[in-house]
Amino acid sequence: MFITNTETVPGKTIIDCYGVVSGSTVRAKHVGRDIMAGIKNVFGGELRGYTELLNESRDEAISRMKAQASEMGANAIVNVRFSTSSVAAGAAEIYVYGTAVRVE
Amino acid sequence: MIPFIGFLILLLLGYFFGKWAEQRHFQSINIREQQWVRLPNSNNRELLIPMQQIDKAELVCGSVVISIDYFKRLLAILRSIVGGPVASYETLLDRARREALLRMKEQCTGAVQIINIRVETSSIHNAAGNGIGSVELLAYGTAIYGQAAEGSQQANSAAN
Repeated sequence: MFITNTETVPGKTIIDCYGVVSGSTVRAKHVGRDIMAGIKNVFGGELRGYTELLNESRDEAISRMKAQASEMGANAIVNVRFSTSSVAAGAAEIYVYGTAVRVE
Repeated sequence: MIPFIGFLILLLLGYFFGKWAEQRHFQSINIREQQWVRLPNSNNRELLIPMQQIDKAELVCGSVVISIDYFKRLLAILRSIVGGPVASYETLLDRARREALLRMKEQCTGAVQIINIRVETSSIHNAAGNGIGSVELLAYGTAIYGQAAEGSQQANSAAN
């Protein structure tokens, strides 16, 4: 499946459009990571635990979006956008959406 | 007296380790940026280099969560009393953004160009409740693989 964030898939022609598809996950980090992050907050620097967590949830959201698109019969998703929001202290929502299309 | 000493220790730890970590991070960013300087990238929707043949186009993302140290956080709080530019947050965001862009580029070895790059910032709440302190930077774009059109590659490397 082709996934791009441009309006078209470069080098391919869009022959059919199915509409918007989306995927989302809400993830919380576990206590151990929170404590580690608290310590890291004194020294500064990258919070690897959180980077990992957000990457995992982004992959999960993308695969949910892909599943929805292939159910519709699409073979590509164009114009993909991401958005992250923290719904509560300790949990973050990753939302990803795009347009499902069929390319030649 | 005891809480004051604890505070002072945190402040000193933050100052020295934070400074050391930041310098090391900037060094590594500079070296890696030199490696990727030849990869054409733009935030335009159109192709930057005309292509003869396109094999693959795929979404690539890079993200990083970076936190500020205790000393700089205090500086920022003091700065917010008088107002003006908060230099400690400027360097934090600068290095996070460059790191995210680099991670995105490191994912697409062999790509001819990356187009339609978007960068997003969101702040992550930490357990202690003070929201500012760590930021997440996400960079994403479309990597194009294949064969560049004849002549355009030279024109591009001359421009670089």
